[in-house]
Amino acid sequence: MNPPATPWARATRALALFAIDPAGLGGIWVRARSGPVRDAFLALLEQLPETPVKVHPAMSDEALFGGLDINATLTAGRPVQSPGLLQGSVPLLLTMAERTSAARAARLAQSLDGGASAIALDEGEGSDEGLAGTLVERLGLFVELDGLRLADVAGAWDEGIGEARARLSSVIMDASELNALADTAARLGIRSLRAPLFARSAARAHAALAGRSEVAPEDLEIAVALAFGHKATRLPEPEEALVSPDPMPECARDDNPAGSDDPDHASSVPEEVLLQAVAAALPADVLKRLASGRTRSPHGGGSGQGAPRSGSARGRPLPARPGRPSGADRIDVLATLRAAAPWQGLRAARPGGALAIRKEDIRLRRNEERTDRCLIFTVDASGSAAVARLAEAKGAIEHLLVDAYASRDHVALVAFRGTGAEMLLPPTRSLVQTKRRLAALPGGGGTPLAAGLDMAGNAAVRARSKGMAPTIILLTDGRANIARDGSANREQAAADAETAARTVRALDVPSVLIDTSVRPRGDLAALSGTLNARYVPLPRADGADIAKTVTQSIDHAQQGAGH
Amino acid sequence: MKPPFPFSAIVGQDEMKQAMILTAIDPGIGGVLVFGDRGTGKSTAVRALAGLLPPIRQVAGCPVNSESVEACPKWAEIGSRRIVARPTPVIDLPLGATEDRVTGALDIERALTRGEKAFEPGLLARANRGYLYIDEVNLLEDHIVDLLLDVAQSGENVVEREGLSIRHAARFVLVGSGNPEEGELRPQLLDRFGLSVEVTSPTDVAERVEVLRRRDAYETDHARFMKRWRSADTKLRNRITKAKDALPEVETPDQALADCAELCLAIGSDGLRGELTLLRAARALAAFDGDAAISRAHLRKVAPSALRHRLRRDPLDEAGSTNRVARAMGDLFGAFQTAAE
Repeated sequence: MNPPATPWARATRALALFAIDPAGLGGIWVRARSGPVRDAFLALLEQLPETPVKVHPAMSDEALFGGLDINATLTAGRPVQSPGLLQGSVPLLLTMAERTSAARAARLAQSLDGGASAIALDEGEGSDEGLAGTLVERLGLFVELDGLRLADVAGAWDEGIGEARARLSSVIMDASELNALADTAARLGIRSLRAPLFARSAARAHAALAGRSEVAPEDLEIAVALAFGHKATRLPEPEEALVSPDPMPECARDDNPAGSDDPDHASSVPEEVLLQAVAAALPADVLKRLASGRTRSPHGGGSGQGAPRSGSARGRPLPARPGRPSGADRIDVLATLRAAAPWQGLRAARPGGALAIRKEDIRLRRNEERTDRCLIFTVDASGSAAVARLAEAKGAIEHLLVDAYASRDHVALVAFRGTGAEMLLPPTRSLVQTKRRLAALPGGGGTPLAAGLDMAGNAAVRARSKGMAPTIILLTDGRANIARDGSANREQAAADAETAARTVRALDVPSVLIDTSVRPRGDLAALSGTLNARYVPLPRADGADIAKTVTQSIDHAQQGAGH
Repeated sequence: MKPPFPFSAIVGQDEMKQAMILTAIDPGIGGVLVFGDRGTGKSTAVRALAGLLPPIRQVAGCPVNSESVEACPKWAEIGSRRIVARPTPVIDLPLGATEDRVTGALDIERALTRGEKAFEPGLLARANRGYLYIDEVNLLEDHIVDLLLDVAQSGENVVEREGLSIRHAARFVLVGSGNPEEGELRPQLLDRFGLSVEVTSPTDVAERVEVLRRRDAYETDHARFMKRWRSADTKLRNRITKAKDALPEVETPDQALADCAELCLAIGSDGLRGELTLLRAARALAAFDGDAAISRAHLRKVAPSALRHRLRRDPLDEAGSTNRVARAMGDLFGAFQTAAE
């Protein structure tokens, strides 16, 4: 059994391991945009012992989890329950998994905890779309197919899955190997204990596939590569500085049923080897992200992955209302049946036991259109702002955050300094994170105002596409001196800022411009005119006053945008 | 379905285990909120708890688990008057649950097939006298939260819809878990939880390895593992039952009352629920420890869980509520120690 050399081989190996122990591994997170490579991968699924059932994000809960089958009930004249796709032990194939709602993800997560398994096809592009954190946590293996060409698809499918399955229960894994897995996970900054458990299952499955009855070092290598790569939150520090694998304390050893562990034996698998194995399998962009100091992958991270989706996407359901369906309305079948049901005895029974449903029974579905606010703080962290009043601006934002907390607003944080802008935090309701990112925000460098506005505009568009009502709050002292291309050209910078402001204005997003300069001058008021933003010079006052002023301005701005 | 992971076999997380045991002894404490990282055994602990709870006695077939035939709601057509013992219900409230699944609604099956207007009880009915568990509670839709708050406050579920007018008892212990990084919990809901616990993944490698090892044994050597831990769980269950019986006998010295009040004043918790919960939790702990009266040691052990979520909250205060409670306790009890003991 050769270690998989190519990404494609790794993908097929992951699939084979999953086929051997679906319950133990939970599933595979496959990042792949549609294309021939993904088709080739999907074709392999046909060869699994149980062909996975497809689940689309828009599939109803009844179809997935089971419920009353209205069609069958009506025809049969007695209640017919449909079992739901999750009832069997067949793995699920979650297509467009990145669109799975937080609520659906949570229910799926419960099923996965209960022994179900799934292959999640993540077709997301960019960092604002990603698989829900609850699912990432419970899918043991990760496969990245993006960037592969059809020519890379080569090599045979691993044979012998049936035999491996039979052998799986007899594969022995000793305590030092578990130790090594736990250690490696800790060094990669993986806090959850599910990850090392998945790695353990993967190692055992791999040993079974290779025909071994004991887990060998190469099994561990492949297991950590497939199970840890995507969950790593930091690169391992080269050496010592880390907790060395202590011999197990006495009490713990007593509980070990196998009783086979021997502290001296603990270093049979050098962890460096395992760490290297993980590093080799890290998704390409992860290394970059880690290097740039972002310790949390946007896909795996919890930053606002769940909250925005559970918010207002569909609106709060209201009781169904009687009415006549026009093209735009949807009939609430259950409510309609409920309305008609009590009358069935009185209304003359139709031939064939069919229901008598009259016009007045029709119920329409209604949702309350109440969108969540999303405040996009766009902070000028340039050198001039830092000198002026970055600290006070931060204070004002913190006060606004308290308000945001009270009204359950989402908050996003964009900062611009040096040569560009950065999305420090995608929309989230987690204030703890916002605070942390804000506190860590350094000041210095030029003022790329145009870049900041561009990014704020993009964030607003994305927030809107998720059903939120964005508001841009721009804090700056206004001397744009870095152009869009990153060059320090004051005139070009001012022109670019002007263009960017017009673009944002065209989006019709309510916005507030907070002038943080020490002595407010005319140019920022002019910019706010271009932006159609409310202009608020930051008064010399304490943070609470600032927050009050700004809150009023935001409310005004939003009302203004309503007309 | 595999029997759940044994409660006694959960490594570490002592505060979480203590909180769950205390609500098992005295459900009046009012539920547990477990907030923390993923993969720290939150759900495992809740499922394990189900195995520890003493059985309840209820009318056979009663949809709301009533204790006596008289207490059964009229709409419930119970077949017999027999009283049976059954495990305490631990009901999952899945995130996607619709309002009619939670509160109950017109029984559409019977309406369609027999033309009868009958009530189909929801999750709240099934959870009566038991536990209602919400995983990822901070992601729960707001309208479901409103509904839960209302029911938790009144202990009664009122359904007025589709021409039905139904009410039934719905008293349950709310257990919630979640990951704070995904969003905050509404303060009103926070307040409904008696105890709150913060869990983190163990940072000690030895402890992590032990978790892995036990989980591994649970999955691969299931029968032996369950057998190994059965006696520990049985012992714990007996201890809980004993503590339940002893609960009314536990004395509450005036000093303990004063301590509770002073502590709550010192940290500035809103309302009086803090004091009451603190006292009840301390009493349950005293009963669990087999002590005759509440002592400062008990208060000290339960105060963080009982109070940390009741501080007038500055959502941005990262120093953490836990530290504030600890500091207040140090100030008060540290100084008082010699005088009282």
